Amino acid sequence: MGDPCAVIGVGQTAYKTRRLDVSVAGLVREAARRALDDAGLTWKDIDAVVIGKAPDLFEGMVMPEAYLADALGARGKPIMRVHTAGSVGGSTAIVAAGLIQAGVHERVLTVAWEKQSESNATWALTVSTPFSASLVVGAGGYFAPHIRAYMRRSGAPDHIGTLVAVKDRRNALKNPYAHLKIPGISREMVESTPMLWEPIRYLETCPSSDGACAMVLASADAAKAAPNPPAWVHGTAMRSEPIFFAGRDTVNPRAGRDCAADVYRQAGITDPRREIDVAEVYVPFSWYEPMWLENLGFCGEGEGWKLTEAGATALDGDIPWNASGGVLSSNPIGASGMIRFAEAALQVRGMAGEHQVDGARRALGHAYGGGAQFFSMWIVGSDQP
Amino acid sequence: MSSEAAHVVEFPGGYTRSVGPVIGRFLTELRDGRLVGVRTAGGRVLVPPAEYDPDDGEAVTGEFVEVGPAGTVRSWSWVPRPRPAHPLDRPFAWALIQPDGADTALLHALDVGVFEEGADPPRFLKTGMRVRPKWRQERTGSIGDIECFRPEVTLINAPTRLEYRLRPGRALDRFLQGIAEGRILGHRCPECGQVIVPMKGLCPRDGVPTTEEVQVADTGTVTTFAVNNLPDPRAPEVPFVSAYVLLDGADLTMLALVAGIPADRVRIGMRVKAVWRPREEWVASMDNIKWFEPLDEPDVPYERIKDYV
Repeated sequence: MGDPCAVIGVGQTAYKTRRLDVSVAGLVREAARRALDDAGLTWKDIDAVVIGKAPDLFEGMVMPEAYLADALGARGKPIMRVHTAGSVGGSTAIVAAGLIQAGVHERVLTVAWEKQSESNATWALTVSTPFSASLVVGAGGYFAPHIRAYMRRSGAPDHIGTLVAVKDRRNALKNPYAHLKIPGISREMVESTPMLWEPIRYLETCPSSDGACAMVLASADAAKAAPNPPAWVHGTAMRSEPIFFAGRDTVNPRAGRDCAADVYRQAGITDPRREIDVAEVYVPFSWYEPMWLENLGFCGEGEGWKLTEAGATALDGDIPWNASGGVLSSNPIGASGMIRFAEAALQVRGMAGEHQVDGARRALGHAYGGGAQFFSMWIVGSDQP
Repeated sequence: MSSEAAHVVEFPGGYTRSVGPVIGRFLTELRDGRLVGVRTAGGRVLVPPAEYDPDDGEAVTGEFVEVGPAGTVRSWSWVPRPRPAHPLDRPFAWALIQPDGADTALLHALDVGVFEEGADPPRFLKTGMRVRPKWRQERTGSIGDIECFRPEVTLINAPTRLEYRLRPGRALDRFLQGIAEGRILGHRCPECGQVIVPMKGLCPRDGVPTTEEVQVADTGTVTTFAVNNLPDPRAPEVPFVSAYVLLDGADLTMLALVAGIPADRVRIGMRVKAVWRPREEWVASMDNIKWFEPLDEPDVPYERIKDYV
């Protein structure tokens, strides 16, 4: 796996519907500055910058790495941009970690963001060619049939999605950065909201957010000088698969299973439910919690909804999922994956504040994108591997 | 019986008015494109300036202070139907605007963009909004030297357009040629034997080229679906059903519109058939198929389609 790599700084902006007070450069600088402060560093201490965002058509911003090089203190330094659709926040962090693990750099700044208020994701996701028919269904319309297929396959009762929608929004009340804050959220409240893309209800979907997330990754030597406890990278993995092929399992994609198996192997994990203390998993539609519980091997196939229903994934359950409120509470798309990775790091650093899971020593960060076809994951721990 | 007549009273050439040293200075500075106020004995800056402090009647000091040009809206009133004498011929706001550095506000027209006559005020028009004057090119020394105030620039527009020549490629070309003739074509993979529709000329799973052409039926089975209730100008009218349809003879589902049945009666396993546009309208495009509608056949048991979802 190469040289040790540690997260020594995490910075987030508050996630909001609109950040009209800042440009994209101002937004990413806000997160980056906070990550540098956490790491006790200045711009000049950084060796290289790796950035990620959702596809160009979202905000119509092409080659953001050229636009943002100066804003991120990268003048005269390497900077690169990573593309992997919705999983990009995770894979961006993994590329940055690779630069440390390869021994190339000592301190790498990695940043991901989205300004959804200046974007139109449904339009960008539905640009069809003259050769194909378009149904303009956006992400919700795309995932809804696969959720229905999961419900049919697993026999899960209808209310499971509601439970996740409530649990994640309750967690968000403890996270100062979270976008959706719905005091008193309840099953009745979720169930009273309309079906946008049946079987997905309004409150079972993620919001549209503006926001950025940044991390400073460091070598073992550089981590020694950090003022706050590091989170050590115990494993990283990425996998992808085509969106259409005969025999594809869209409910439980093979790329996700393979990616999980790889990252667990690196971290020496054989029983994820027992050995992982807290997980930040990309759940933009509530039903994806039980689906990913199965895909990530926290239980057998068809059993995920039972864990959710039993409260295992709640903040006081045996395997808290999305203590931060997750993507269901904040969704600056390009940043959402990195927020999962960063929140996992905050947990094992003991710096997650009010949503800290007591004694968390090993955490999973997870992101997925495209038609559930791109996956990125890391395991971080409080001990140096 | 009453009668009426148009009647105009207008003083020839307009009255003349001496403005005095304080208002005179204000107007002279306006002509030069500057906003000034005057300081009162108590230290406040009055804009527009006056010879006296309106609070206590004391004479103001002789000190003029440049203010603005940016300022903050302190109050406003929307004019949905401007009158002929109004400074703008489209809906606007009268606003009390406090220039930066001033302690009072001046009244002026605030132009917030193009609106139809009678429109409601836009949501972004708010007390506290930051604005700046729009100066006239030719100035004469009057309050009209400022045409109006406008919001500060907070957003720009970035038009984006890509235009390019697109080639479907050999496999898709052949598929579309079939569609233009009312046939749905696929390829059978020589490794796994699965029939891929539309064909790509390769099997994504086995990574081998495919060439064996197979015609599949325009009937099939719904494997899963969504009921879309979110309207979009480019999408069908809501609620519409987007479904994965496994065509008879194909091993890959296809995303398609299902119509001709109430949305709440669509089922996993439901049998459907393509509805083609009239033959004379056929072109080399999937648009030839309007949608799929139900067939009068029993549903396919889930067990038989479960591996295709």
